[in-house]
Amino acid sequence: MKYTYYPGCSVLATAKHYQESIDAIAGPLGIELEELDDWNCCGATAYMSVKELMSFAISARNLALAEPFHRDIVTPCSACFTVLNKTNQYFAEYPDLRKKLGLTLEAGGLSYSGNLRVRHILDIVVNDVGNEKLASLVTKPLEGLKIAPYYGCQIVRPGTDFDDPDDPQCMDRMIEALGASPIEYSMKSKCCGASLMGTQEKLALRLCKNLLLEAERNGADCIITVCPLCQMNLDVYQGKVNKLFGTKFNLPVLYFTQLIGMAIGIPEKKLGFRRLAVKSTKTLKKYMVGA
Amino acid sequence: MLQKEIVYEATLDHDFLEEIYALPGGHEIKKCIQCGTCSGSCPTSYVMDHAPRKIFSLIRAGFRDEVLGSNTIWLCSSCYTCAVRCPKEIKITDVMYALKRIAVAEGKAKGQKGVALSSIFVDLVNKYGRNHETELMTRYILRAEPLGFFHFIPQGWKLFVNRRLPLIPHRIKNINQLRRILKKVDELGEI
Repeated sequence: MKYTYYPGCSVLATAKHYQESIDAIAGPLGIELEELDDWNCCGATAYMSVKELMSFAISARNLALAEPFHRDIVTPCSACFTVLNKTNQYFAEYPDLRKKLGLTLEAGGLSYSGNLRVRHILDIVVNDVGNEKLASLVTKPLEGLKIAPYYGCQIVRPGTDFDDPDDPQCMDRMIEALGASPIEYSMKSKCCGASLMGTQEKLALRLCKNLLLEAERNGADCIITVCPLCQMNLDVYQGKVNKLFGTKFNLPVLYFTQLIGMAIGIPEKKLGFRRLAVKSTKTLKKYMVGA
Repeated sequence: MLQKEIVYEATLDHDFLEEIYALPGGHEIKKCIQCGTCSGSCPTSYVMDHAPRKIFSLIRAGFRDEVLGSNTIWLCSSCYTCAVRCPKEIKITDVMYALKRIAVAEGKAKGQKGVALSSIFVDLVNKYGRNHETELMTRYILRAEPLGFFHFIPQGWKLFVNRRLPLIPHRIKNINQLRRILKKVDELGEI
């Protein structure tokens, strides 16, 4: 299965370990990711807050560059996914916007006809690869490990059709396929605060605390995420949450791709575990190759 | 807070609603039944001056200053929970974005940290074609809360020692193409 890959800016920096683990598992899972040449920033939520057309236009450049390859465009970042997907859908839905975007792309010598499908890498893993194949690749079953699947907000929200927006299940089933147990908790698709961590820190820290608390109370050994911003907030700011609220959380926050890597026997060094701010616990290390 | 004195209809701004209608899907706001699902679903509504349901009511009644001056629009985290739950399928997150843009354009957002973050972000993308997280964080902290620089050190350090803050930005090759596109956007004017 071959896809056009749109990495997004975060996997080049704060989410490097997301990319490392994707690189490590793509081969065994039979996913071929061909990076979109010269892709630019999707615009994220920051762009939309100041310039709407500009935000759609820079996002559309990526779609225009990807269209000639006639493959689904896949991104690991929930924010990139939402923005690219929204641009694609609004392009189809709103003729005025389509016309304007056509003109802006033309100025760059590009065109887009709207024939692309934007997808998140979780969608590829659970639906195209599938849990059956995933289970067949497991060499180090994660039996006994309790995992909090954290879907975050944007991936399951408007315009997506691969899971329920309030009570998504696909990652829960994936965790079972790897031999581990998903915990039941109410926060799986609640917001982590996203970029409010920069602008309204205390508020975002409280949202993270609620998440960590629910995961811990329900017995999670670790949390898995699908989004660079969720991962950073829950991981890097966990110490600050502890300081502010007097809690003692020590919950490693992994990318779901790192968890898959562990289960299919890829050495932890190749999965970027050393980049976590909350380091792997003893419980987690028992399941790792080379830890 | 809402004005305690009587507000006469003549002093309200009925064009405000027209601006929201101009958004893609903006007309949906007419359908709001004031059920409050948005406010109940919002993870940050408890600290808002006016929760989303009330914002819609205020927009429709023409309380322009009240809406644009409220902290509500800056507390929206774009999680889209309200938007997927709205029984009338109003694109609530898009409306919040629009309110941010109007507030910025009219100078009603001075001092909002969200504006500083967005404008630095836009500047970086125009310069490199991609976001450079290290520069974004550094410039944002220096601009928005220079005194808080030390306060950020523990997080910055965790990212740095785990090699998650590269110093050199990634640049796209065809930045001129991107700039031509952006120039065209300027010519066309915003939506």
